[in-house]
Amino acid sequence: MELSGANILIESLKQEGVEYIFGVNGGAAMPIFDALYEHPDVKLIMMRHEQGASHAADGYARATGKVGVTLATSGPGATNLVTGIATAYMDSIPMVAITGQVFTHLMGNDAFQECDVIGVTRPVCKHSYLIKSGDEVAEVIAEAFHIASTGRPGPVVVDFAKDAQIHESLFRYPEKINIRSYKPKVDGHPRQIAKAVELIHNAERPMIYAGGGVPLANASEELRELAIKTGIPTTVTLMGLGAFPETHPLAMEMPGMHGSCCANYAFTDSDLVIAVGARFDDRVTGDLAKFAPNAKKIHIDIDASCIGKNVPIDVPIVGDAKRVLAEMNKLVHRVDIEPWMRQIDEWKEQYPFEYQQNGDNIMPQYVIEQIYDLYSDAIVVGDVGQHQMWAAQYFKFTEPRQWLNSGGLGTMGFSLPAAIGAQLGCPDKTVVNINGDGSYIMTIQELVPAITMKLPLKIFIINNMYLGMVRQWQELFHQKRYAAVDYHDNPDFALLAEAFGATGIRVERIEDVRPALEKAKGITDGPVVIDFIVDEEENVFPMVPAGAGLGDVIRGLA
Amino acid sequence: MTEERHIFSVLVENRFGVLARIAGLFSGRGFNIDSLNVAETDDPAVSHMTIVTHGDTQIIEQIYKHLNKLIDVIKVTDLTVENHVEREIILIKVYAEPQRRGEILQIMEIFRAHTIDVSPDSLIIEVTGDEGKLKAVVDLLRPYGIQELVRTGKIAIMRGAAKQ
Ligand SMILES: Cc1ncc(C[n+]2csc(CCOP(=O)(O)OP(=O)(O)O)c2C)c(N)n1
Ligand SMILES: [Mg+2]
Repeated sequence: MELSGANILIESLKQEGVEYIFGVNGGAAMPIFDALYEHPDVKLIMMRHEQGASHAADGYARATGKVGVTLATSGPGATNLVTGIATAYMDSIPMVAITGQVFTHLMGNDAFQECDVIGVTRPVCKHSYLIKSGDEVAEVIAEAFHIASTGRPGPVVVDFAKDAQIHESLFRYPEKINIRSYKPKVDGHPRQIAKAVELIHNAERPMIYAGGGVPLANASEELRELAIKTGIPTTVTLMGLGAFPETHPLAMEMPGMHGSCCANYAFTDSDLVIAVGARFDDRVTGDLAKFAPNAKKIHIDIDASCIGKNVPIDVPIVGDAKRVLAEMNKLVHRVDIEPWMRQIDEWKEQYPFEYQQNGDNIMPQYVIEQIYDLYSDAIVVGDVGQHQMWAAQYFKFTEPRQWLNSGGLGTMGFSLPAAIGAQLGCPDKTVVNINGDGSYIMTIQELVPAITMKLPLKIFIINNMYLGMVRQWQELFHQKRYAAVDYHDNPDFALLAEAFGATGIRVERIEDVRPALEKAKGITDGPVVIDFIVDEEENVFPMVPAGAGLGDVIRGLA
Repeated sequence: MTEERHIFSVLVENRFGVLARIAGLFSGRGFNIDSLNVAETDDPAVSHMTIVTHGDTQIIEQIYKHLNKLIDVIKVTDLTVENHVEREIILIKVYAEPQRRGEILQIMEIFRAHTIDVSPDSLIIEVTGDEGKLKAVVDLLRPYGIQELVRTGKIAIMRGAAKQ
């Protein structure tokens, strides 16, 4: 049967098991939206901004492990998607971003709403396609999903000319994808694995350093087995939180700039770092010259170009974390590292995450502790700033894909739309959005679809009336010159939520924190927004100043 | 760390946008391309690129890995570490007044260069060779006055049996 390119697209998405597309309509994508109209299987979620649409697709992908799909029109629709595509790219999130493009005969003519989307997105996506004819659609979509979801996952952009959307051709979906130039290596080399195991068995002060690649590879089980079988202490980065339960005695919590002293000191003293799906990001390593200076390094990663990029590696293992760890687990045994474990436990005991109560103010960390107490099983979607770090520190994540955040690009505004995607992907879970006052207002418009769909999101704003993270740097490194961070002109977020049609609660006193959180639990017919008015100038500690070594962590202001 | 020159031989899908992806890989990381040559291979679906670049070992390793990572790249070989031959063609438009033409033609003969166009006071000369030879020709012709010079950039190929 002959179908239009737009209909072939939707049929192809159906073949890929797509449930939701997050999009905003516009001229050059109208045939696609038309094909989606009242579609029984592939549901269009109408977002209020393309950035929101892309983050929602991203949040869906992070929560479920499936490919997220976003759709926008040409020109401004497509450029609005760029932040979301870049966000997904930095965190290796499988996504297919579809953009309408002007008619092929107009391309290159500065036509109305024309933009070279392939050019604009090239450095921020894994791959991209331009569809100029309807008969290319099925194959392009099959390849796009394959590339987005295999190897090191990432966003794939499909730019779709309007005439190709209309043009009719025969629909036949490829059964198998074979791209001769793309064959990700998934099995680790046995000799490298044997070498790694030998290092593990001979180390005196080993540690596991796991990153976002572990949940991405669904390798948390295998990671747990490795840590528990060997008895090696484990730190999990901001991107991987939950891959190893933070409540486990071997857990050292997050490393890096605002990580635990224990994890950072461990790096500094360790003689063997076993990196799994982590990329030695500068926010983790601090000054490279002082990073784990005494340690041999094993690096397991699906992306060869990640290995040895920042830090020289003794045993590189290119492969899928799940497969490599499973092979390693067959060979490892318990290691005898008594004195090292005593040291680790001592650090943990001595330097837990802690804060001081300031008068009657609601301390932001206290709010997170209470959220954890009441919502420990929830999926938590964090935004970017101090509140993100406090959430990472004070909420104890125990499951992979339980903590979603824009760790790589650090995109403010990510969390509310991402929470929408996560909730749609995981309808039986409670989804908590921990937001900042600055970040929240960047994508506040996405409250509308959340309300329309009656999603029971718990939106908790840690409102310090500042771009707090920047203010903290200004306090510490710019002599308190608070340039362009004062947000005391914030609107009343509770009232605003009510105006949108959600439940809004403003909390200004410590004793109201817990009751408000409890009340939010009972609201299940739509989103609830709680505006927690917190201590304005609280800082995030510990802190490794940018450019310093991990050993030089500032534990707090005396 | 010391910088080294490397020649990468890259087989790519002959598709829209591939060149931009390769160029973007270099520009996005602040790496330099010294020369780049692209053309179809025997198989019209596949193009061959010869990329000459330089950098320390770490940069060269990154370039190699990132080239491999591009979806449209079929195969990357660092020819510098392989036994290979390289060639480049230069076209030189040189001043050649009738009385000096003889000297120029003598130089050309030594280097097996060809004249491909003649006008009353200039010649267009074509020379093929490796870096050393081309440099020698250019140095010798410079005193006569080079009006224009264009080069293809290197092409290179591995010696011996075809490796698949
Ligand atoms: C889109 C974007 N713009 C700017 C920044 C820089 N930035 C990082 S954290 C931050 C402050 C965030 O403020 P808020 O959401 O109120 O969180 P807080 O730090 O106060 O908890 C800013 C401006 C960013 N990360 N993303
Ligand atoms: Mg704030």
